Amino acid sequence: MKELTTDHLLGIKHLQKEDIELIFKTADHFKEVINRPIKKVPSLRDITIANLFFENSTRTKLSFELAEKRLSADIINFSAAQSSVKKGETLIDTVNNILSMKVDIIVMRHPHVGAGEFLSKHINAKIINAGDGAHEHPTQALLDTYSIREKLGKVAGKKVVIIGDILHSRVALSNIFALLKQGAEVKVCGPVTLIPKHIESLGVTVETNLKKALSWCDVANVLRVQHERMDINYFPSVREYTQQFGITSELLSSLKKEIVIMHPGPINRGVEITSDVADSSQSIILNQVENGVAIRMAVIYLLAQKIKN
Amino acid sequence: MAKKTLLNEKDIHIILHRLACQLIENHNDFKNTVIIGLQPRGIFLANRLTQILQEDYKVSDIKLGHLDITFYRDDFRRRDEPLEASKTELDFIVENQNVVLVDDVLYSGRSVRSALTALQSYGRPSSIELLVLIDRRFSRHLPIQPNYRGRQVDVINSEKVKVSWRENDKKDAVFILSNA
Repeated sequence: MKELTTDHLLGIKHLQKEDIELIFKTADHFKEVINRPIKKVPSLRDITIANLFFENSTRTKLSFELAEKRLSADIINFSAAQSSVKKGETLIDTVNNILSMKVDIIVMRHPHVGAGEFLSKHINAKIINAGDGAHEHPTQALLDTYSIREKLGKVAGKKVVIIGDILHSRVALSNIFALLKQGAEVKVCGPVTLIPKHIESLGVTVETNLKKALSWCDVANVLRVQHERMDINYFPSVREYTQQFGITSELLSSLKKEIVIMHPGPINRGVEITSDVADSSQSIILNQVENGVAIRMAVIYLLAQKIKN
Repeated sequence: MAKKTLLNEKDIHIILHRLACQLIENHNDFKNTVIIGLQPRGIFLANRLTQILQEDYKVSDIKLGHLDITFYRDDFRRRDEPLEASKTELDFIVENQNVVLVDDVLYSGRSVRSALTALQSYGRPSSIELLVLIDRRFSRHLPIQPNYRGRQVDVINSEKVKVSWRENDKKDAVFILSNA
């Protein structure tokens, strides 16, 4: 396969297994590119990309920007805090105004679920979802599974546990789709209040005992507790959360094997993971960040390929 | 589709040895010279020439690389069939080196143009030369000519020149394919 089956990247749910393979294969080439003395290719020099961030982001925004620049695209940045959204403009109006400036691809993060999908139906540009509410964050799941593939050789057959605030996490949902599509086994682990009801129907299992979950897995993807999305208290205290679901080096050394530790960031050191674990040789957190640029270059390149001149 | 053999195994053997000798004439012991085959089809010629230089002419320590030009092409989004990238393998720097770019067929010259741009990402070579097995005359879109050529041919645009190598097509041969 040489072309994606989809015109937008709205979520992993819409991707075929072959799409993921094509993205990974293309990312392999871009990973070589970003390790050259001159880390840039001219492929997208006639493409303009708008980064619309209606919600805060540092890592994802920087990673997308860098990927776009490495592909030589022209970019414009927009963040809701400084925009006319505050003056009452609707999403469609904001985006149509930006499109009148001849934009080919839109990378959007939005607090509302389905914002990307909505845009893709009303606007003539390729849409890349950089996170929509607690729904999906497809490029994060792609870079996470790409990092597993890089570290362990393949994703199929591996046992992955996603630990923490599953309820509010778009990273968790996208990762579940991406891992299952690639043939991994997935378990989620966290306080019962932070695990969505009926999540088993996606094809994952639930474990509330951290030690058991860790003994089972090859890879642990540790998530942050998203206090900003919580309207009520889901657990008694941060201290209690840390005692029950925090990853420590003592806990890891009590296991019979060495597992791979991942975290999509931002890390709350000392809460869901201790500093020594985050900085240990078991952790591939910084590899995830490097792979993020290569994965986003691949996604942008493959979608741009579908914009016919 | 009509298929005419332009070069057979023996012709190619003679030509490869001649090209190897021409390279030695200009690059002596290859101390500051690197050979770079263009992906996907130029790498077979580059590998074969390097092998001949090492085994038959005892030139030791030749630096050989493979360069993929997919992301530097000028027809991205302008062709029906999407492009597929291949692997770049350059484990040396080209700064201040004499580079010999190697490809199987020189046609429009656009691949070579892309390769010249791609090469800049790896440093500033002191010179770049071009070696091709087949030079299709009168078909250039750009002012690019080879320094070393195996055989020059006059082929019309509707015809195709196909180079096959024993590494992946069983035997060495060059064919001209036409619809007539």
